[in-house]
Amino acid sequence: MRIFNFEEQLIPLDEWVQTSVDWLVLNYREYFQIIKAPVAISLEALEWLFATLPPFVVILLFALTAWRFAGKRVTIFSVLTFVLIGYLGLWEDTMTTLSMVICSVAFCAVSGIPLGIMAGRSKRFEMFLRPFLDVMQTTPPFVYLVPVVMLFSIGTVSGILATIVFALPPIIRLTNLGIRQVHPELIEAATAFGATPWQVLRKVQFPLALPSIMAGLNQTIMMALSMVVIAALIGAGGLGNPVVQGLNTLEIGLATIGGLSIVLLAMVLDRITQGIAQR
Amino acid sequence: MSNHVKISVKNLFKIFGPHPKNALHLLEQGLNKEEIFKKTETTVGVQDASFDIYTGEIFVIMGLSGSGKSTMVRMLNRLIEPTTGQILIDGEDIVNMNNDQLVKLRREKMSMVFQSFALMPHMTVLQNAAFGLEMDGIDKPTREARALQALEQVGLESRANSMPDELSGGMQQRVGLARGLAVDPDILLMDEAFSALDPLIRTEMQDELLKLQAKAKRTIVFISHDLDEAMRIGDRIAIMEGGSVVQVGTPEEILQNPADDYVRAFFRGVDPTNILTAGDIAVDSQVTIIVTDGKSPRAALQRLIKNDRDYGYVIDSIRKFQGIVSADSLRELIDRPEYPQEISNAYLADIVPAHTNDSMQDILPEVASNPWPLPILDSAGGYLGAVSKNLFLRTLHRSEPEESIEMTV
Repeated sequence: MRIFNFEEQLIPLDEWVQTSVDWLVLNYREYFQIIKAPVAISLEALEWLFATLPPFVVILLFALTAWRFAGKRVTIFSVLTFVLIGYLGLWEDTMTTLSMVICSVAFCAVSGIPLGIMAGRSKRFEMFLRPFLDVMQTTPPFVYLVPVVMLFSIGTVSGILATIVFALPPIIRLTNLGIRQVHPELIEAATAFGATPWQVLRKVQFPLALPSIMAGLNQTIMMALSMVVIAALIGAGGLGNPVVQGLNTLEIGLATIGGLSIVLLAMVLDRITQGIAQR
Repeated sequence: MSNHVKISVKNLFKIFGPHPKNALHLLEQGLNKEEIFKKTETTVGVQDASFDIYTGEIFVIMGLSGSGKSTMVRMLNRLIEPTTGQILIDGEDIVNMNNDQLVKLRREKMSMVFQSFALMPHMTVLQNAAFGLEMDGIDKPTREARALQALEQVGLESRANSMPDELSGGMQQRVGLARGLAVDPDILLMDEAFSALDPLIRTEMQDELLKLQAKAKRTIVFISHDLDEAMRIGDRIAIMEGGSVVQVGTPEEILQNPADDYVRAFFRGVDPTNILTAGDIAVDSQVTIIVTDGKSPRAALQRLIKNDRDYGYVIDSIRKFQGIVSADSLRELIDRPEYPQEISNAYLADIVPAHTNDSMQDILPEVASNPWPLPILDSAGGYLGAVSKNLFLRTLHRSEPEESIEMTV
């Protein structure tokens, strides 16, 4: 049958995409550069902060946070991790990575929590959002790395933008879930006592969804960390660098200490945020 | 109780589903719920309900699950939007209110107590009790003071700083009640408020509610599927079936005159002797003999024989009860012409008339132990009627229609 002749390409989608990205780059590159600005400014501030703070202050801050929310074992583990990273000679890269993670997670939280709340309160908005979240979660980051570089040029900021795309879905999904899990009777009760929709959100839905939102935040942090190596491919600094460099030059040792530091940092951040979530 | 109307429900309908207008049209054509569901996939929740609730009464809406009673109460504060009809609260139609007016109404006039308690798990008992006041924007010290007062009313002030999940079910519902009372509402909506509690606690809570109601008269709309509960606390009861209100009345009225078989079936198994009073069941069908200008015993005897009765109830011209004569006692008097021939000399001894407010339980011994029907008097001593053994038993066996009671007496 003619219509099942798959020998030739009937739909040149690849060309269409190519053309439209080229067109975007040609005509609107300046605008995309403007979008970068808030991310760039936040990142610079964070990087400056972590570069200026003496290592023992950073370690102390983590230790205090861990002590306050996650207990003695996590505190000891955090201190040992940072000391080890320092002795491995990766302190600066780690601080860059930390700045990148905090920056991208902050942007994810600021945009993801409101989107999740809106999805939680509107079935239609949830339906609208769902395909976008599916695409963001299933598209391999390598696919959107190239257009990101073309539009935003290489560097740490582009790395963060790619990280935001990758790490945003869990916080939206878990915020949505948390809002939906609030018992309808509680919302009914609040409404019966004259609560406005805004009061229902602020006094009932949000506080009760908080554990789920915190779990989402934790997932987002983990995913942001897992993007560190990929972001290094487009020129982002941080702990991804020794790994990529190690792979390129077959320096297994360098790649290993980079990888080890990422894993340890992930564990520290995970344990501390889980501790906060359980409060 | 004043008969000032607090809430007036007029021709209220609620139809759930995609085409409420079509369903309304079909209802007008006389189709029933099932036929409408088949045709339009819509469910008739409440169908043409009309009734008044008076200020300060406990109005119980009773029905089995699916009868529309929960939908009904949620339309009174518009948690559920009515499809058509009117709900007047203090003469104001709340169905046409906009969101702002509605929020104001809910904050100022009414509160609600839920079957599942619906306490906020992230707030302390005190914060829960203060919830309505917080929504109203009342400052923290004032609202906490008022919430504490409400908690005192339900005896929970000592647990103000506990979390709800630390309390037992009964205590949690006391918090629910305190939350409802703290806003000092005119109207308290209680949706199966005590149904989730075990029987002992339930009775305790009912007493608590009656005690609170005695102190400050509120208009309470109480939803229940439990007839004993409805009888215990209800000033008046509305019975719902399949979305319609089939009968509204006091417990006694409904018990004595069930509107249909559904209502009758509902009331089967209720012990009427606690609810019905002597006055409710007394029937004025006995022979009464009015003592005016020295009516002779012979005339009285004639009257008994003519009516084929053994006992006559002697009253004066203003129906004040005087005594009971029997055919035998009259004959005895007539056979002894040496006695003054006045009816009072033929009165039976040991007559203890019952009062109209005595319960059936109270009058049972007297009814059972004497051959004559027990005379029932009002508070001024006026004769209202009598209760015979036959009538007493007929009342217990309520499935008989009313008419046959009259005939067999």
